[in-house]
This record gives sequence, structure tokens and C-alpha cells, in this order.
Amino acid sequence: MKLNERSLAFYATCDAPVDNAGFLYKKGGRHAAYHRRWFVLRGNMLFYFEEPGSREPVGVIILEGCTVELVEAAEEFAFAVRFAGARARTYVLAAESQAAMEGWVKALSRASFDYLRLVVRELEQQLAAMRAAGGAAPPRRPSALPPRENGCACAVWSAETPAAPAARPGLERPPLPPRRRASAPHGPLDSAPFIRLHEWYGQEWILVFALLLFLLGGRKKATSAWVAQFPGRGGLSCRGTGDSEMPRCWTRDLICPLPSLASPAVPWPRASGVLVRSPIPL
Amino acid sequence: MRYNEKELRALSQQPAELAAELGMRGPKKGSVAKRRLVKLVVNFLFYFRTDEAEPLGALLLERCRVAQEEPGGFSISFVEDPERKYHFECCSQEQCEQWTEALRRASYEYMRRSLIFYRNEIQKMTGKDPLEQFGISEETRFQLSSSPREGQSAGVSSQLDELD
Repeated sequence: MKLNERSLAFYATCDAPVDNAGFLYKKGGRHAAYHRRWFVLRGNMLFYFEEPGSREPVGVIILEGCTVELVEAAEEFAFAVRFAGARARTYVLAAESQAAMEGWVKALSRASFDYLRLVVRELEQQLAAMRAAGGAAPPRRPSALPPRENGCACAVWSAETPAAPAARPGLERPPLPPRRRASAPHGPLDSAPFIRLHEWYGQEWILVFALLLFLLGGRKKATSAWVAQFPGRGGLSCRGTGDSEMPRCWTRDLICPLPSLASPAVPWPRASGVLVRSPIPL
Repeated sequence: MRYNEKELRALSQQPAELAAELGMRGPKKGSVAKRRLVKLVVNFLFYFRTDEAEPLGALLLERCRVAQEEPGGFSISFVEDPERKYHFECCSQEQCEQWTEALRRASYEYMRRSLIFYRNEIQKMTGKDPLEQFGISEETRFQLSSSPREGQSAGVSSQLDELD
């Protein structure tokens, strides 16, 4: 399959905002050694270089449709980027400190284009609602953003600003694109409002509780705790088991918890040995 | 450059923002226009032979330039090499405009700018940061001056001021 790799390489090294950067150890394969690489997260692309000054990346991990989770591994501060699908590769990475690991897990969990699009749609709706409630029509946006839109200077691109959709008469929102159906992390929330998405992501205390139960009382108790909190969410980490029971491997598919919508930002759980050291082997 | 091709292929099978059969001509000199099924999914443009399920290729739509081309078509080129264009032929001007509009919004960088813009607007109207309720207000990528470069961040702020 062809890919515009040259453009990709330029994107990797351009002056667009970097969302995270740092050294990580990357496991070469199932039984391979770890290699230290310089990682740069830009948008939904995770590039890795031999070193910070390298002009071209060694490779890139495209982050759509992945989940990020903490793992038990020989390396400290390890986490995994996992994709759905049979025989899909799991990238095991390790940071050099607890703080770095937490930073990366957070950043990667929210790196997908889908997620960003959800946030933008939500804000767009909020703004439209506010303006409608406010009564006065918003002034039409004056002309163009300077030619930095998408990093280029082109008449088509600079003709409109991001606010243009909201400023059209009737404050019509463009129709939502069709949601992805096959992707596990977003599957249950295809039609959920954004607030629910964050609630779902943010239930880390449920995860802690469930894990504790697992460690103390075994899988059944933890499973029933999970299911009790999320009735009908047995498919959350479904690997196609085909039955309605919670799949046995659910603990391996915990979505990395994000700060909850409802409560104020909860500090990232410290490495108390509960979330970091999952007893489940990969 | 290595990349996770399997996942990219899987992405090409996801529901698309926009999909149509268009004429497509590659950037090489002397290339001929061929009918391709063209599919826009997140910030990738996939293209397929019309009777095949697996994509022939994909274009990452970051740092690209989309221009209307007479008659009834458009081109995609990339900032680092603007003369190297992928040409697409549409069946109508409406279709052409629909595609150029969609491709313009299809980059992560565009989405990020939109987010910053809406965030700023809502903050001006309400005095509150709308990202706080989602717990993501401190994320570097959503800051006004999210670019590491002085010039670019100044540019973004002044753009937003101008729109006042």
C-alpha cells in the first residue's frame, strides 16, 4: 500500500505544535530487546527517531483506533499501545520515570483525530447555543487567518475561518460524519453525547475498585463489580467472544482512565502497585 | 519509514466522512487519470481501484494545499513540494466544492485551530474555560501558544484578536 512517506517525514520534523516528546524504550517485537528512541507525538501520529536531532524518523505509529494501557513488563514505567483486530500488533513502550509515563499515557489516550473532532463539535454546539440564546447575530468573521492554515498559503484555505460553519445563516452545523463502528474504544459511545464519553473515560475509581477486588477476591467479584456499574457494557472490551458475558480478558483492555467530566480533575493515581502492576500477563 | 500498515488498512475500512468515485492522476509527469474510489477517513485520503476492497494507497492530509483546478476538479499538493500535485476530477462543480471544503477541514492541525478558536470565543462570552469541565484545559496541544515557536504563537494570538 502506498503512503506519502516523504510528506509524512516532513510533517514529523516541521514546526507544527508538538504534543509530547521524549525518550522512550520501544520493544522490538514479542521477544526482542528494548531500543531507546526519541519519540515525538504530533496529532494522531507517533513518530520515533534514532535521536532528537535526526532528520528523518525511523518509523511512525498511526494512533487511530488504539487503546493505551498500563502493563506488567520487565521494564519499569511500561505501557502499551494496543490495536483491535486479530493478530494486531501491540506496541510496548517504557518511559524513564513515573511522571513521563503518566504524561505519555494521557497524551496518547487522547491523540486520535476522532477524539479531537468530538471536542471541537461539542464546543461548536456550545457556542452556537450561546449565540442563539444571546439573540444577536454574530458579526461575520472578517477575512482570512494569515496563511498559516494547515501550514500553507492557498486561496482556498484562507477563504474561511474555523468559525465559518457557525456563522452561516441558521447556525447550521455540518452533519456529523458517520461514526466508526468497528473500533473497540469508541464502539459503545458511537451515539453518546460527549459528556457521557468523558464520564466513561473518567471512571478510574471504578477501575481501581474493580482491580482491588480482582486482586483480593478473584475475577468473578471484579467482573460483577464492573458489570454492576456498567450494565450493558459487557462489550466494552469485547474481543469477539460472541457471548453476553463479560469477556475473560477484560482487565487487559482497561481504557486508560482520563479525568472525569463530572468531578474536578482527579490526580493521576500514584503507582501504588494497583494500576501499574497488573497481574495479568500480556 | 516504518508504519503500522495493518492499522492503516483497517482505518481505510471505517465509515468515511466522504467517499466517491473520482478521476485521479498521480503527481508524476505523464501519468494518466484513472477512476478510483476515493475515501476520506479522519486525516487520511484513501484511494482504491473501483472493484477492490483493499486500498491502493493513502495520503496523509497534514500540511497540504487543496486548490480548485479548472474545469471541475481539484488538486492536493504538499507544502514541501507544491509543484507535485495529485489531481482529481469531479463530475460537477458542486462535488468539487464539497470535496475541497471537506479536505480543508480534514487535518489535525485545522481541528486544533478550531478548538483553540471556539475555546477562546466561549471564554470571551462566558469568562469560563469550556475545556475545564472536560479536564483537559491544561493540555499543551490546546493552548493558545501551543506552538514552540515564538512567531507562530504570536500569529495565532493576533489572529484571534483580529477576529474580535
